[in-house]
Amino acid sequence: MDFNDSKDEAAFRAEAAAWLKDNVPSKDELAGLDELAAAKLWQKRKYDAGWACIRWDKEFGGRGASAIEQVIWNQEEAKYNVPAGFFVIGQGMAAPTLMTWGQAEHHARYLPKLASGEEIWCQLFSEPAGGSDLAALRTKAERDGDDWVINGQKIWTSGAHYSDYGILVVRTDPNVPKHKGLSYFFLDMKSPGVEIKPIKQLTGGANFNEVYFTDVRIPDSQRLGEVGQGWQVALTTLMNERAAIGGGGAGVNVEMAYRIANEVMIDDKPAIADSAVRAKLANWYVQESGLRFTGYRSMTAMSRGEIPGPENSIGKLVGAPKTQEMASFCMDLLEMSGAIWDEKLSKEAGMLQLTYMGAPGGRIAGGTDEIMANIIAERVLGMPQEPRMDKGMPFTEVPTGSN
Amino acid sequence: MLIARIVKALEALLYSVVRLRDWREAKSAKTTLGKAIMDFEFSDEQELLREQARGFLADNCPPAAVRKVLDGDAEYDAELWQKVVEMGWTATVIPEEFGGLGLSYLELVVIAEELGRAAAPIPFSSSVYLATEALLMLGSQEQKEKWLPMLASGEAIGTFALAEGNGRPAASNLKTSASGGAVTGRKIPVADGGIANFAVVVAASDQGDGASLHLVELDQAGVSREAVRTLDFTRGHAAIEFANAQSELLGGEGSGWTAMESLLDRAAVLFAWEQVGLADAALEQARDYAMGRYAFGRSIASYQAIKHKLAGMYVKNTLARSNCYYGAWALDSGSAELALAAATARVGAIQAAVHAAEENVQTHGGMGFTWEFDCQFYYRRAKLLSVNIGSEGYWQDKLITAYEQTNAA
Repeated sequence: MDFNDSKDEAAFRAEAAAWLKDNVPSKDELAGLDELAAAKLWQKRKYDAGWACIRWDKEFGGRGASAIEQVIWNQEEAKYNVPAGFFVIGQGMAAPTLMTWGQAEHHARYLPKLASGEEIWCQLFSEPAGGSDLAALRTKAERDGDDWVINGQKIWTSGAHYSDYGILVVRTDPNVPKHKGLSYFFLDMKSPGVEIKPIKQLTGGANFNEVYFTDVRIPDSQRLGEVGQGWQVALTTLMNERAAIGGGGAGVNVEMAYRIANEVMIDDKPAIADSAVRAKLANWYVQESGLRFTGYRSMTAMSRGEIPGPENSIGKLVGAPKTQEMASFCMDLLEMSGAIWDEKLSKEAGMLQLTYMGAPGGRIAGGTDEIMANIIAERVLGMPQEPRMDKGMPFTEVPTGSN
Repeated sequence: MLIARIVKALEALLYSVVRLRDWREAKSAKTTLGKAIMDFEFSDEQELLREQARGFLADNCPPAAVRKVLDGDAEYDAELWQKVVEMGWTATVIPEEFGGLGLSYLELVVIAEELGRAAAPIPFSSSVYLATEALLMLGSQEQKEKWLPMLASGEAIGTFALAEGNGRPAASNLKTSASGGAVTGRKIPVADGGIANFAVVVAASDQGDGASLHLVELDQAGVSREAVRTLDFTRGHAAIEFANAQSELLGGEGSGWTAMESLLDRAAVLFAWEQVGLADAALEQARDYAMGRYAFGRSIASYQAIKHKLAGMYVKNTLARSNCYYGAWALDSGSAELALAAATARVGAIQAAVHAAEENVQTHGGMGFTWEFDCQFYYRRAKLLSVNIGSEGYWQDKLITAYEQTNAA
């Protein structure tokens, strides 16, 4: 056990830090660019210098770096406030699925442009009738010559409106039990018949969408896995989703809460002197630090050739509610003014309010808290699966409700 | 007779050393060839030690052994303690020049975790995490030469005496005093105070930080002790009255409070590993029971109320364990972050162990509340360990203080 860098690692860290110092875009450089353009600029710059998706093979645009080097890179990059967030689904979820299930020509065509940020991908999984019970999805695909014809609707698709490609799970056989009738494709989001409608969230923003498919044609060459094997392929994506969404270190964290607790007063003393405040901050520090070192441990496991398992679910299960609780608590520290949500008037430029309003999304996206707890109970602790009323039943006979 | 005992102990120690050394050499030969990397897991030889320790405790500290102390009058399991000493565990981090094995804290935390899993009713924490650490940290050459070999060989049991009754101790409210090489005052509760040969006693000082540490032998005229009943019947505690008891200073006069804080940081990491071991054992017990218990025609482990409860235990245990890794590394490497790492490990471990022990009883339903079931071992021990070297609130406060100092530095 050694939390210090080895000689090689220290050299790698110095190299990464030096490159970041010289290349992180300045405010002037980003002036006038929207968030997407700024993120693309930064991603392309990293790619050109060999610092994008560094664990990937060099031929796919990566650096062939080790898991530990990835940790080091993340630590160094996190020291800067760089534009990010648009590439998580493509690089973190679509790419590992392509690597596992795609053909060599898929790799050559799509992976480098995923790494460079030139092409953005979205995930078309959830449906109005298939969320936590994803395999209950109804969007259907019918074979027509070398193509498949897609009809149906997806929902909660983050970034569909700016994505170039999407990964898609559909029903190819409704007459077999639900998990057996699915197949997995990817498609060009500009395909005729794809219609994207933004969903306004309770934050007021619209980061995700409904996506409608009307006779959309996808060539069979864009199928990943066999026909009927879609569920297994989707599991590859989902395991990576939980790792990708994970953490919860950024935004409202102990560092910010500590700063606020030093600035606001309780009874003529800084709030940080209050023992109840200290206790809460300590508990969140334990969670943050515990998640960080749990992440390091799974990196070590990966570097020893082990595959990250369902234990990765704890990052999201702990991180998302923690973010909500911390934002709520920091607003409490501001007392009456905690309600003000205004970039100019609010402490931290309204980050607390924005985070609090967005937090319910974090506890739902990518598997709800409850689904995460089920996964840990079933796949880590070996407890029985939920009883399934639809087990073995052809999909067409599965009862459905009105919601 | 005594010589025979020493020879036997030495043979056992030697056996452990040789096996560990062999592994270590084989391993280091391998890693110097390959690329040594930042590594967040235990080494192969540490895992081997864990396997040995778990097997040993399964044989020598089964639930029946814990229950014997629970039901009886003995303050500890003397037979188990003797075997633990023979295994060399009390000698783990003591340098070879003082009769120890000279191994690292990474080996000691492996043993601590296994002792926690087994809820071992022995004075290991008092003698090893506190008394031995105090001597290693503060002892003069003479004090080390006298006490460390005896601690290593189990001839002496040491303990640590800080509390003087209800409330959080502070240098300003210490009533125990010392003058002219003698200590006077009353300490309660003192873990293993009834069986220890000496105690490291925290007493008021009119100099420096307001406290000094004193090494006091307990078999002397100026010391009287009586057993104190605690909620954990498997671990003996005492009230100790010092009336001009002969003592010698351990460390400097008037620097005792600061020294004690550092000592507690070190002990906190080791306690935390014991707590994490306990927490995992309680979770496993709850899981195994739930799997086999049926209600409404289903295993109760198939109900979300139980699954989510146990998933919650797993999450707390995992975070606590990961923080303990960092604590172990900080302790072993002498990192400047030890105070923060130790408090983080300790707070997480208190929460995980108490939660797991409580919810383990709950998962067992009525049977968990009976004397007959073993759930009580963890329930008692988790709460005892949670206050033994300062409560959750005390360590939360220390955590934020350490965070402030780390950030200011």
